[in-house]
Amino acid sequence: MSVETLFEIRFPAKAERLCLVRALVKRTAEVVGCCTDLSDKLVIAVNEACMNVIQHAYQGNELGEIVLQMLNNDGKVHFRIVDYANPIDLDSVKPRDIDDLRPGGLGTHFINEIMDECDRGHLEEGNGNYLEMTKKIS
Amino acid sequence: MNINTLEEEEYTIIGLEGDVDLSCSPDARKSILDVLQANNNLLIDLGKVSYIDSSGVASLVEGYQTAKKQALKFGLVGVSDAAMSVLKLARLDKVFPIHDTVAEFEKEDA
Repeated sequence: MSVETLFEIRFPAKAERLCLVRALVKRTAEVVGCCTDLSDKLVIAVNEACMNVIQHAYQGNELGEIVLQMLNNDGKVHFRIVDYANPIDLDSVKPRDIDDLRPGGLGTHFINEIMDECDRGHLEEGNGNYLEMTKKIS
Repeated sequence: MNINTLEEEEYTIIGLEGDVDLSCSPDARKSILDVLQANNNLLIDLGKVSYIDSSGVASLVEGYQTAKKQALKFGLVGVSDAAMSVLKLARLDKVFPIHDTVAEFEKEDA
């Protein structure tokens, strides 16, 4: 079964750009047949993933660049998010205990709750990081 | 995002409108903490919130905890479907006091 690239965008690691990312993911998810609830959930997961890049990988450096791909693969949507920041400590990326009530640390929990599969890693030669997320849509 | 603040007799009501995301959640956080630092009870109206991310939710959690420490009243009013969906994901819908209207909070206090 062939993999269709729905879109690929590059954007600066700025919080102000996240509204554009959300709009694009939402509309594209609807076009490939996701219901409103699922489209909204995918938006939440992608937004949180991009936020994590802005806050933790680039640590607020707005000169950083984020690449986001959305693919359609045999009843699944697949997102790949790449940054070119210093390699993050992969062991530090884990959801916190949700019953431990405190501000922050919810993004990874949201992603894991919404997506069926997640895979994080470093780009070759330590030039950045990637996150791949997959969700069954039919 | 727009922030509207209304001072009532029992509560200060902060109304958040639009997308509450990383680009503006520090403003929401500041508004929330300013009200609590002035020792006022706080209700946050989320009825016109079209989107809220984890940074916005973190501001609500911080407000809730600060209010609790200061023995002030805190609650969420008229939570939109978009905001409720995120609160449920964070399992905070059972943590925050939530009512449909300000009148319901006042009735509870009576």
